[in-house]
Amino acid sequence: MIYRRLPGFPGWFARSPFAELERMRRQMDRLFEDWMTPRPVSGVFPLINLTETQENYYLRAELPGMTASDLDIQATANSVSISGERKIPAENHNARYHRREREAGKFSRVVGLPGEINPDKVEARLENGILTVVVPKAEASKPRQITVK
Amino acid sequence: MAESKELKVKEKQELAVKAEQTTPGPTFTPDVDIFETEKAITLLADVPGVKAKSLNIDLRDNTLTIIGDVDPCENADEEDILIEYETGRFYRQFTLSEVIDQNRIEAKLQDGVLRLTLPKVEKATPRKIAIQTA
Repeated sequence: MIYRRLPGFPGWFARSPFAELERMRRQMDRLFEDWMTPRPVSGVFPLINLTETQENYYLRAELPGMTASDLDIQATANSVSISGERKIPAENHNARYHRREREAGKFSRVVGLPGEINPDKVEARLENGILTVVVPKAEASKPRQITVK
Repeated sequence: MAESKELKVKEKQELAVKAEQTTPGPTFTPDVDIFETEKAITLLADVPGVKAKSLNIDLRDNTLTIIGDVDPCENADEEDILIEYETGRFYRQFTLSEVIDQNRIEAKLQDGVLRLTLPKVEKATPRKIAIQTA
């Protein structure tokens, strides 16, 4: 049997007096989860911030200690892949370590972009350990001002 | 060195106990490597986005403080789509047990990594003691 579950429908509320409370509790839970859980993290190195303007997407990642030659960036019609290897040069072999928190290793990440891009005009910069990839949007996916006649 | 491993995501460590702050925004503890040789203590810290002029290194009473401010690199007209990391000030403090020659401290900042060389005072470097036999 199918019930019409309209929140304002009096018969529905009367049928289950706790349903409304239950719904409220679920909403509160969701609200708390949003606060408590951190931002969505894909779990793939490096962490990325993606922003957009009308013309471009901007993709940024923190890659301290890396040089341009350690990085490989490729673009397709709607994604950008970043891969490379972070190397930490070996120090004097007599050195005794007190702390060793910085990590070296390989990584590879593909970032899907919300719209079509122009893969030929992608530019990347590495400054002070921050990688910035400027990804121009394809003509078709740029917002267009439409004049009303 | 053996086959290099995959890099895992490590979330930026936000400073747990905050002193009263005068600047808004989050504060992070940078990852560091510290190693010691007979002559010096070397500290390497990952401080992406910190420029040389906004990096502050202070050593007094055996306490080394590193503060690096990061200017947001986003332009005003950019809209966020996906934000996985935040930027903010880097702060970390160390207590040094060895006596450091303050006049010969060297700091180098390259590609977002700070390399700090703290030479030990001459008398603190171990000396080989010759044992005389009668």
